[in-house]
Amino acid sequence: MQLLQVLIGGISQGCIYGLIALGFVLIYKATEAVNFAQGELMMLGAFCGLGFSTALGLPYWAVLPCSVLAMGIFGFLTEALVLRPILGQPAFALIMVTIGVGYVARGLITMIPGIGTETHVFEAPFHDEVITLGPLVIGMEQAVIIGASFLLCGGLFALFRYTRVGVAMQAISQNQLAAYYMGIPVKRLNSLVWAISAGMAAVAGVLLAPVTFVHANMGFIGLKAFPAAVIGGFESLPGAIVGGLIIGIVEALAGFYLPEGFKDVAPYVVVLAMLMIRPHGLFGTSMRKRV
Amino acid sequence: MPDPLLTLANVESAYGPVRAIRGVSLSVPPASIVAVLGANGAGKTTILKTISGIIDPQKGSVHFKGEAIHGMDPAGIVRRGLCHVPEGREVFPMLSVLDNLMMGAYTRTDRDGVRRDLEQVFGYFPILKERAKQQAGLLSGGQQQMLAISRAIMGQPELMLLDEPSLGLSPKLTREIFDIVVRINRERGTTLLLVEQNAAIALEVADYGYVLEVGRIVMEDTCERLREKEDIREFYLGMKDAGARGERRWKRKKTWR
Repeated sequence: MQLLQVLIGGISQGCIYGLIALGFVLIYKATEAVNFAQGELMMLGAFCGLGFSTALGLPYWAVLPCSVLAMGIFGFLTEALVLRPILGQPAFALIMVTIGVGYVARGLITMIPGIGTETHVFEAPFHDEVITLGPLVIGMEQAVIIGASFLLCGGLFALFRYTRVGVAMQAISQNQLAAYYMGIPVKRLNSLVWAISAGMAAVAGVLLAPVTFVHANMGFIGLKAFPAAVIGGFESLPGAIVGGLIIGIVEALAGFYLPEGFKDVAPYVVVLAMLMIRPHGLFGTSMRKRV
Repeated sequence: MPDPLLTLANVESAYGPVRAIRGVSLSVPPASIVAVLGANGAGKTTILKTISGIIDPQKGSVHFKGEAIHGMDPAGIVRRGLCHVPEGREVFPMLSVLDNLMMGAYTRTDRDGVRRDLEQVFGYFPILKERAKQQAGLLSGGQQQMLAISRAIMGQPELMLLDEPSLGLSPKLTREIFDIVVRINRERGTTLLLVEQNAAIALEVADYGYVLEVGRIVMEDTCERLREKEDIREFYLGMKDAGARGERRWKRKKTWR
């Protein structure tokens, strides 16, 4: 039973990793650049949520969509104004710019007097509630994280599978030149991909905030979401979620059974093992062009 | 002669410092098939890419339906009725055949028209209907070429640019594809600008031809007359006139007369 309890904790943490990893994968698939600011986007999302709830006094359920919207706009503009001008430069340049965006985001937040350098409590209304399933006790916060992640994944799947815009995004990631030939507005859709990634980061941030507090350095969680994306193959959306869950569970188990300190190393050990066994990741594919 | 659908005037395009086409002028009358012939590196593909807005010309102008389209966004050009079938198929490998076709119709909003065109495309290439649910990357080369052409048809173009449809295909398959290409022209009234290395088949199906050498147009005429030209016969069709003694001791020079 104790094991199950630990597993549930790991799964809920893994969902957060998965959501951030999804952001990595989405942007990588669309633009072939790794967005190292993904963790910072999550941090901004959490601060957004904090702002909406303390300054505007919105209830928690209204904070979530508002933060998603705000971060979506932020992501859209970041792509359009910061990244698009350097399109066509080597991928290296793009990656450096995303790292820069992350630093700037963290710097700007800490510059807000009285808020940026503090650690804030962001309480959800269901803070103390628990679900009891026999001997099993699940915190409401964890249950909400798990539930929301699965809803979000379902929504994303439907978007990519059944909508014209979603299929077009897939098309762009598979063959950008051909997408141009078909008259698909590649640049606008790339901005939209950034908006979706940033929106998801906001969801992760607002969900995580009640568990870990809100502070300027919470974006470093991205460093653990990155291995999650690698495990999933970096090109697969379900892979990102599965990777996130694996990292979360491994971390939880390592924290429970192994001595202090192993918890933080465990995700990277898993990634190293994965890279040795399956360099393409769990869901990675290699597709060759037929001539 | 009616007003041309597409006119290029003195177009020069370059990849960085390399000038690929140097002052090309050509015109495509409506409902015709026009072929551009030329060897590797002559600049054929560059002409098409310049027309469809993938690269912007440094000089000169491109007019489509009387409107200047050079320097315009590729999506805007597609919306005006100009679709490009790129060299080497360039299908979306992980999307289903059907989704590939629907991407061709991305700029359209008339659902009924899209469905009608889909039926027509499946009529031209029944194999695509059979494989509609399969990933496009799993199709054979010939089927991918069919898909690429069909995808362009789905955009309901008035002018279709075809870049080397015979690339990597068997002679029989090339024949089949070109038969359909002619049918598309006759039945849908789609104007075609065709770029081909296979001069024999291109001169057979096209009405008018341009010959391109190192970025310049060196000859233009109706295809009937082009077929009779000595230079074309020897250098593009590979037919040699035997000399008086049954063999030739010299290498002929191109004169382009």
